[in-house]
Amino acid sequence: MTPLADTPATRRRVRARWRDTDTVFRYAVRAAAALVVVVLVATAVFLVAQAWPALRHYGILSFLSSDRWAPSEATTTARHPNPYGIVQFVYGTAVTSLIAMVLAVPVAVAVSLYLTEVAPGWLRKPLSGLVDLLAAIPSVVYGFWGIFALIPAVRPAGVWLSRTLGSAPGIGPVFAGPFFGVSYLVAGLVLAIMILPIITAICREVFATVPTADKESALALGATRWEMLRMAVLPRSRSGITGAAVLGLGRAVGETIAVTMVIGNSVLSITKSILGPGATMSSVIANEFTESTEPFHLQSLMVVGAWLLVIALIVNTVGKLIVRRTGEDIA
Amino acid sequence: MARKALAGLVPAIAVALVATGCGNTNNVSSGPGGGSSSVSGADFGHQICGRTGDNKPGFPAPFPPLPDGAKTLSGAGSTFVAPMMSYWTKTYSQATGVQVAYQSIGSGGGVAQIQAGTVDFGQSDTGMTPAEQAEAKGPVLQIPLLLGAVVPTYHLSGVKSGLKFTGDVLGKIYAGKIKTWNDPALTALNPGVKLPKEPIAVVHRSDGSGTTSLWTEYLSKESPTWVSTLGGPSESKGKTVAWPVGIGGKGNEGVSGQINQTEGALGFLELHYVLAQNSTYGQVQNKAGRFIQPCVATVTQAVNGITFPANLNTSLTDSADPNAYPIAGTSYALFYRNQKDAAKGTALVDFFSWVLSKGQDLNASLNYAPLGKNLQKLAVDQLKQVTINGKPAVT
Repeated sequence: MTPLADTPATRRRVRARWRDTDTVFRYAVRAAAALVVVVLVATAVFLVAQAWPALRHYGILSFLSSDRWAPSEATTTARHPNPYGIVQFVYGTAVTSLIAMVLAVPVAVAVSLYLTEVAPGWLRKPLSGLVDLLAAIPSVVYGFWGIFALIPAVRPAGVWLSRTLGSAPGIGPVFAGPFFGVSYLVAGLVLAIMILPIITAICREVFATVPTADKESALALGATRWEMLRMAVLPRSRSGITGAAVLGLGRAVGETIAVTMVIGNSVLSITKSILGPGATMSSVIANEFTESTEPFHLQSLMVVGAWLLVIALIVNTVGKLIVRRTGEDIA
Repeated sequence: MARKALAGLVPAIAVALVATGCGNTNNVSSGPGGGSSSVSGADFGHQICGRTGDNKPGFPAPFPPLPDGAKTLSGAGSTFVAPMMSYWTKTYSQATGVQVAYQSIGSGGGVAQIQAGTVDFGQSDTGMTPAEQAEAKGPVLQIPLLLGAVVPTYHLSGVKSGLKFTGDVLGKIYAGKIKTWNDPALTALNPGVKLPKEPIAVVHRSDGSGTTSLWTEYLSKESPTWVSTLGGPSESKGKTVAWPVGIGGKGNEGVSGQINQTEGALGFLELHYVLAQNSTYGQVQNKAGRFIQPCVATVTQAVNGITFPANLNTSLTDSADPNAYPIAGTSYALFYRNQKDAAKGTALVDFFSWVLSKGQDLNASLNYAPLGKNLQKLAVDQLKQVTINGKPAVT
């Protein structure tokens, strides 16, 4: 192939051809980007539209002012009280996610510190890969693991907790028995393992952005490795860790199948004890939508879905903002 | 840490894979020969369950085979009949070459689909209410296809099958009033059985279901405590109720899994799930005051002495027959009385006339009971009402 002669005419032709392919490419990627926005907006619109009959019938706020979910008591006419109170699902989602955070964040921070600062170089890559692999395990497998491995393992501890702390003054109701295995606690434990990889991955990146100069200065001043981590690495990463935790929370909030398998699916009202069976916003939808035959039943599940979407969007946006701000601080 | 967590997961995955195999409902349909099995070591006393005379009623075909029918039919609905339906459709298609595709999506879905007319027949464990009928595109026939039972199933180390329950005691347990296995009400029913001082882990369905409907209907008939706890006779029964206590499992397999995993659990399951999983299960007191083991023979007795209304839509729980198991019910095929597509209409009538005759001989092999003689005749009479564009499908 002979090179094109460098004349104004050929230059124009080549530029024109680039312009054409560029235009096609530009429109293609623009369409792809627009699709994401469209899907998000369409999902939200769909949920609200489907939920609308129930929202209009019972009033938007009535769903959040009751913790009694009793579809069998719904009729096509009665508006008050709303039989579809969803506070207990918000509570269940919050409690399981909190248990998961409390357990997963310290472990994730420790794992990432080990991976970035302590582990021998040859071990870092394979070990990081293994942590990331935790995220590749399907949710339903975590559910099975929860039922068949975790519950039998924690049953003695749960029974012991309910017998000792269950009657303690003040905190008693939080640990009240009987403990049968399926519970907020076990759901939180399963979630903790599921969100570990995402928190670890972000923390690892956050720690890696701490300038080597800072760390070396600390060491040069005679700090031990622990003091160096405490004084040079952790303070700079505080908001990054927070962001990672919040993104982990975002994952925990929406997780459905694994939670549905181990939470016990008690929907009627709030179960105070973390050792008792409960339900989350996503688990009630997964359980009930196939046979939602009562009046406004399906529409009320859509209300739960819409609120879940709102909460998930807020949590994820906050998490992303915090992580992004950390990045700018460091740079 | 990460490595340790992963090492723990590997055996867990293996367990999970094994478990999915066990939970598979297809294992239930292991072909003929099951019949009314008795669990070894179970303590049921003298029962009619050994009697297998009724298992193969041998109903004659109500009409000669109809030619010129469509080669495919579609149905959707009840999960309760799904194992039986797949056995029927398989056998029927081997005999006639007609393929019947059945989607097990739940009874509520079955009603919705026939109302919308997206399937040739729907399938529901409860009859259609007048309100549901009104939303359909014309009069819908409801044809009972089999009899089934809902059974109290438990997991207690050292306690065999055959524990005795009354409807009132079950109602009190499900209302949260009886909380431990050694409650005087339970020990009084079961002298000689050592019941532990353990809490009862009550297991119920987390999804709406025909199984729930049968169970709660029986509790409502027998237990005033259950009715008052739920807030009245209309709140205390149905496909979904506001369970005051307990753990929810999705589907029969979810409840079954929960019972198998939880020491001290008590739940309710369809009979074929109980027998297929070799679970320990109880006997229930019937209206005549006798404790009855659930099996094909005792379930068949449930239709004795029941007067059916014209649309056959009635309750079969709490039968007065002294040998009847009290928590029994049926499942209805739903389709339009007037069929607009001649080929489809002909195929429908032919398929259901086969199910109501030859098909009934297969029921017992999956631990469903065949329709009794009376009910089978009434069901055939319903089938005779089918018209094709106004003209009777069979004469």
